[in-house]
Amino acid sequence: MSAARKVAVLKGGRSLERNVSLRSGAHAEDALARLGHEAIGLDVGPDLVEQLRAMSPDAALIALHGPDGEGGTVQSLLAAIGVPYTGSGPAACICCTDKALAKHLMASAGIPTPDFHSLQESAIKELGAGEALACIEQALDFPLVVKPASQGSALGVKFAQDSDGLPGALVGAFSYGRKVVIERYVRGRDLAVSVLDGPSGPAPLPVVEAVPREEEFYDYESRYEIGMTTFVCPAELPHETTTRAQELALAVYELLGCHGVARVDLMLDEQSGELWVLETNVVPGMTETSLLPQAADAAGIGFDELIARVLQSAFTR
Amino acid sequence: MDRSISGTGGGRKARPTAHELARYEALFATRTRGMKSSAMREMMALTEQPDVISLAGGLPDTSTFAPELYAKLMSQVAASSTARALQYGPTEGMAATVDCIVEVMAAEATQVDPGEVLVTTGGQQVIDLVCKTLIDPGDVIVAEAPTYPGAVPTFSAYQAEVEQIEMDGDGMPIDELERTLDRLQTQGRRPKFIYTIPNFQNPGGVTMSLARRRRLVEVARERELLILEDNPYGLLRYEGEPLPTLHSLDAQGGGAADLVIYLGTFSKILSPGLRLGWAVAPRPVLEKLNLGKQGSDLCSSPVTQLFVAEYFKERDGSGQARWLGYLEQLKDLYRRRRDVMLEALEEHFGEHARWTHPQGGLFVWATLDERIDTTDLLAQARKNEGVAFVPGRAAYMDGRQGSSSMRMNFAGVPDDDIREGIRRIGKVVREQLGLYGTLSGSSTARPDATQQPADVADAVEPTPPLADVVAFPRRDQDGSARRRQDR
Repeated sequence: MSAARKVAVLKGGRSLERNVSLRSGAHAEDALARLGHEAIGLDVGPDLVEQLRAMSPDAALIALHGPDGEGGTVQSLLAAIGVPYTGSGPAACICCTDKALAKHLMASAGIPTPDFHSLQESAIKELGAGEALACIEQALDFPLVVKPASQGSALGVKFAQDSDGLPGALVGAFSYGRKVVIERYVRGRDLAVSVLDGPSGPAPLPVVEAVPREEEFYDYESRYEIGMTTFVCPAELPHETTTRAQELALAVYELLGCHGVARVDLMLDEQSGELWVLETNVVPGMTETSLLPQAADAAGIGFDELIARVLQSAFTR
Repeated sequence: MDRSISGTGGGRKARPTAHELARYEALFATRTRGMKSSAMREMMALTEQPDVISLAGGLPDTSTFAPELYAKLMSQVAASSTARALQYGPTEGMAATVDCIVEVMAAEATQVDPGEVLVTTGGQQVIDLVCKTLIDPGDVIVAEAPTYPGAVPTFSAYQAEVEQIEMDGDGMPIDELERTLDRLQTQGRRPKFIYTIPNFQNPGGVTMSLARRRRLVEVARERELLILEDNPYGLLRYEGEPLPTLHSLDAQGGGAADLVIYLGTFSKILSPGLRLGWAVAPRPVLEKLNLGKQGSDLCSSPVTQLFVAEYFKERDGSGQARWLGYLEQLKDLYRRRRDVMLEALEEHFGEHARWTHPQGGLFVWATLDERIDTTDLLAQARKNEGVAFVPGRAAYMDGRQGSSSMRMNFAGVPDDDIREGIRRIGKVVREQLGLYGTLSGSSTARPDATQQPADVADAVEPTPPLADVVAFPRRDQDGSARRRQDR
């Protein structure tokens, strides 16, 4: 076991995922304490830099979801004040948090991701992009998923079954950010593959399948609450599908320049059996129902070991 | 529910590992599946930030209570009853507190016997105890639509099936209630009680008419159903004549009320921090409620019960009970704030919404253009404008209906914040409608003046206005496709 360190656990903040983040952070703190480190939870606010200066930690563990924690802001700040931090650096964070950018990069690299268009609110207001909706509809075909480009959770994710539903879905998604992604809906199974750095480099963990209990699409609340979604890990899949999903996850992790840990979400098309990468999360949840701890557990990596590896990523950049 | 195994504190040690945590799922009772922390609630937790103008709370304004009086009353409790205040009390409540409750009920023109009263830990506990006592999984509760958002998780926790009846300007339409009861009967489903907030309903802001109150009690009698009358705001009437409680109507014709369980509280006429409410119920029901309460918390706090008892002894210079004077003070304040809010709505929501004109209580309920989803609106309003409200979905059991409505509190918010808050919400509404118009090619300024606010078909008395503004823009074709968009 590595030397005892003083670790600031960054959590909370003001994003819509505040409560999830507080829970992720609390879990991480307890694990750090069990590992013999000194863990200090920091609910991120305007006094963050001041607090970090006063604390002068050996590292910061980022358990902060939402734009500040996942979008590269906090990472840049920590780099500026010389505090090593866990997980991906600013560039990877920016790529992953902007779902449109990530999808462009994946498409260019030949990684399968559902067809899409991204749309800025300003383009609608200033460039008359609303007129192009019909073309987008035609190119993608219904049903469509509309999601804020930068929202980490499923909040603000809307379905449009037809043309009539699209304006409302867009207005709803724009409530959460200035840029949205309109994506072809892939009907099928909802999979997640986490990639975790270890002694022999980054490696994919077993595949987790999220099976919604009721809703057609599992929503924000069910994603994080016990009992609303059944998680199956390892997912019951043909061997080659599992391998393919893990290869894709690792390829995306490397393509986007992730570091330490990331979770890649995929859909398994129920018709064609094809796998499609939806998005990558650079600060995966650490709550009791989060996918990363479950996947690690299935790989024989306990929660404390998981946190130890995540912490290690702060010193191996 | 999740506090027992997670929570946000950093101080606890020996947290279970992920593997152990996964095992908890199998241990949770089936009823916890209905106990969910919704995205909306997560979002509302953020509205408590200091720089957000929040119209979301259910708060009275406790800053109006004189600190000197508080100190004096606590000193009196200390001087006369320290040992009793610090001791357990009787489950049914302390006699001196029950006397105060009888006095408050008399002010509502409702005579009750002290033996029919159970002191509870806030009015919320009454809802919980009534469900605990009456509801088996699958039993039906009939409630208003929209209904008190705080009752929704309680009903869910007891696995009740809730039938909601859409209100109009006179409250719950009783003919609609009867149709629902008939339908339930043919389906072999079993309604246990009818939950209603007859005065200045939370969140709807409307008041049930006298004719409907009478008819509701008759229906309950004909069908042998109980009524849970939730009346936190009855004494906070700013205009118009008070209407009799369902409890008092039930007791008319002699004898005690035997169909109505009455829920009262000191939260809105004195302080929610005291956590003191009460139930008045038929004795057999009361006994069960009492047993239920023993299992929940043994007794409500003697400290605050004695505080209330001291407070009710207070008299002003003219010999009038001081609590009545304070009530008048609150009414003057809240009436003014209500008017500030209605004025601001007129100015800033104008043609984009309709809203209630509550004769009392704490809330205005506004319904926007149906293209707006107020949950999304809240996300944008909070982030871009620093203002919050309760999205209408919170008042519906399925969390889906009411998506274009919102509840706004005026009582606990300073005048300037009300004006500014409404101005900011109005701005976001206009932005969203503008965007919608651009996307769909429709003009946002296409009023449909024929749109009626509510069904008023069975109103016996003239209908008080549910809405001051009925014209709001609406696409002229069927809106069902749009409504389906995120289901």
